[in-house]
Amino acid sequence: MTIDTVELAAKTPDQPQPWDELGLKEDEYQRIRDILGRRPTNAELAMYSVMWSEHCSYKSSKVHLRQFGEKAPESDALLVGIGQNAGVVDIGHGYAVTFKIESHNHPSYVEPYQGAATGVGGIVRDILAMGARPVAVMDSLRFGPLDADDTHRVLPGVVAGVGGYGNCLGLPNIGGEVVFDPSYAANPLVNALCVGVMKHEDIHLANATGVGNKVVLFGARTGGDGIGGASILASESFDDTKPSKRPAVQVGDPFMEKVLIECCLELFEAKVVEAIQDLGAAGISCATSELASNGDGGMHVQLEKVLLRDPSLTPGEIMMSESQERMMGIVTPENLDAFLAITAKWDVETAVIGEVTGTGRLIIDWHGETIADVDPRTVAHDGPVYERPFARPSWQDSLQADGPESLPRPSSGDELRGTLLRLLASPNLTSKAWITDQYDRYVLGNTVLAQPEDAGVLRIDESTGLGVAIATDGNGRYAKLDPYTGAQLSLAEAYRNVATTGARPLAVTDGLNFGSPEDPAVMWQFAEAIRGLADGCQALGTPVTGGNVSLYNQTGDAAILPTAIVGLLGVLDDVGRRTPQGFRESGQVIYLLGETRDEFGGSEWAWAEHGHLGGRPPSVDLAAERELAEILVNASRDGLIDAAHDLSDGGLAIALAESVLRYGVGARVWVPDGLDPFVFLFSESQARAIVAVPRSEEVRFTDMCSARRFSHQRIGVVDDGGVLDLQGQFSVPVDELRTAHGSTLPSAFEA
Amino acid sequence: MARVVVDVMLKPEILDPQGKAVQGAFSRLGFDGVASVRQGKRFEIELDGEATPEAVAEIERAAATLLANPVIEDFTVHVEAGV
Repeated sequence: MTIDTVELAAKTPDQPQPWDELGLKEDEYQRIRDILGRRPTNAELAMYSVMWSEHCSYKSSKVHLRQFGEKAPESDALLVGIGQNAGVVDIGHGYAVTFKIESHNHPSYVEPYQGAATGVGGIVRDILAMGARPVAVMDSLRFGPLDADDTHRVLPGVVAGVGGYGNCLGLPNIGGEVVFDPSYAANPLVNALCVGVMKHEDIHLANATGVGNKVVLFGARTGGDGIGGASILASESFDDTKPSKRPAVQVGDPFMEKVLIECCLELFEAKVVEAIQDLGAAGISCATSELASNGDGGMHVQLEKVLLRDPSLTPGEIMMSESQERMMGIVTPENLDAFLAITAKWDVETAVIGEVTGTGRLIIDWHGETIADVDPRTVAHDGPVYERPFARPSWQDSLQADGPESLPRPSSGDELRGTLLRLLASPNLTSKAWITDQYDRYVLGNTVLAQPEDAGVLRIDESTGLGVAIATDGNGRYAKLDPYTGAQLSLAEAYRNVATTGARPLAVTDGLNFGSPEDPAVMWQFAEAIRGLADGCQALGTPVTGGNVSLYNQTGDAAILPTAIVGLLGVLDDVGRRTPQGFRESGQVIYLLGETRDEFGGSEWAWAEHGHLGGRPPSVDLAAERELAEILVNASRDGLIDAAHDLSDGGLAIALAESVLRYGVGARVWVPDGLDPFVFLFSESQARAIVAVPRSEEVRFTDMCSARRFSHQRIGVVDDGGVLDLQGQFSVPVDELRTAHGSTLPSAFEA
Repeated sequence: MARVVVDVMLKPEILDPQGKAVQGAFSRLGFDGVASVRQGKRFEIELDGEATPEAVAEIERAAATLLANPVIEDFTVHVEAGV
């Protein structure tokens, strides 16, 4: 094997190179040559190609993502913002929480189990690198139609992978969503979120500073996993004619990761490590260039010191390998022995592979010969930036004009009853217990609320009861009808879900999943969604702390629904005061908070009953969302309500059914004067919730709503009759509701 | 009656956590001189009739779709003599 060195590259400028196969465009390749003043070596080409891929460089999205910084609301809570491994938020009492969502979409389509498992593993390492102990995960999943064959290949594997990896790590999975839509066939979305906790003084940033400090690679050995996965997977849609482009899949080892978590936390605790960076997409290329360019700017690496699982790997492959469960640390020479003693204690293989320099160059040697000599900034930060053309698609007007007004609506009591039961059984509204029951929700003993509650709630501090609530939401149908509004609706729903538990919303992480940025229509959806999200976060006072962009989610010309998944984190001063979803006490009064309008565009009813998607999504009123959140948070703090459930997909009827199903009680509900029963039951108007109020608190509660001029209607009473009774319309025994709600997934997957 | 054997192994470049765990146990229990362990699966399939080329082809199809995950695993099919 001849090794392509810098010296050789200077002498052989005309040697053809596989830049095309590596996913680079001709002008990008030329730019690399201009930066280096010569042709790149194979190792350099590997580095640039993975780091300049869409996945790592955000080259199509960067110009739009800037808005999250420019429009960031003032927030005292934000300790670390966008740009690091994950954002960090102050939750009080000296505690800081870090959280982030990341996609692993394409790998989960190729190999569902391992793709989803390594998606969880990757985001957990991001959280770990900040110095935090990972305490919970969530996952936000999208699949093709429930009855499609491929969904039966992909879904069970993804669910088993999420559960397998998270359960083995001993992390509770406290929530997420599962959505089915034809646009996700062959483009499933697997977005994993992790949350971690630390004290303020334990926050670590991934910077390689201190000339002479050692660069240490530790964890699993480097093998041929996912070589080129970062660039090839995320840059082109699958094409059956080019099977060779399908890269080797990464396989994760959660037990290795568990050891790595404890090892890293002990290294931080012992103060023997300056910085830790996880190795994810683009492996060593990414870790070295990012650490160096965020620090003193120089690094000298002897690549042959990397411990290999497969000794036949070439230097370029070692640079690109995406083997899992690896970390890179920066260690002072004085601390090196103590560092190695800790990794040895945990049986974690460790190799010193280089040191930090002040040269401003990232130099990589292979057995004494220089195979890469680059300015790390040009690799990690100065990648291409595209101002992709975007244009409102021509079909947008006709889509919006095709509203749900002409769809036949149920009117009689029997028809409304049938509609409720069919919607409860529909794929998007059915109970997801078959999925979430495969995840451990209570391990570690701090889970206060988990699926099917509106948000996951975790206790952080045992002595004070301080805790956090997190919800993920993303409605692609709303966003298809209007991406700006749709993204805000996703934000509003996550915000409402968090507030429903009694938590004060603080900060956002976003998982942006779209089609090809080379399609101006998709790029328009993307630009509009970001604009909507940035404006929305500004209005709600919840800054975006970080997240992930996944593009090229499409098959042929058909893109997925524009899917902006919002993960929102809130804080509870005492989790003992959290508000659960289910009705429990007979005699408590049910109030509907917020205004109900005739809004069915993009609704679950229009989709599930008529296969219709058109018109305008429900209108957004962020001021009302804020007001509603304050009511819910104050009512929880002051003990005015015993249950609360936000109204979203499927409207009031679904929320009522879920609230009585939680503890198997019953309820009597009446339609307020002047409201059409169908609109009352199924409209998806926003900024609404239902609450159960003890009679002793009813006056205080209604006084609070009146003082805030927030619409509140007394719509029913909780009873223990085991029946959901819509007075004058219909009644359904809770058992019948449960059968309708709970049978869909088991009968689809337990064949 | 004929017996067809399908051996399934993870592809060489794929991480094998089980093999790694076995390798760790080797050295813990004092079995020296082991450089690496990889673990696979073996299926012994008894046919109703003879191992005709058609019958073996059918087993190969089953191996590719049911017994192995060709994304991460390789398999070999052979007819065992003298059963």
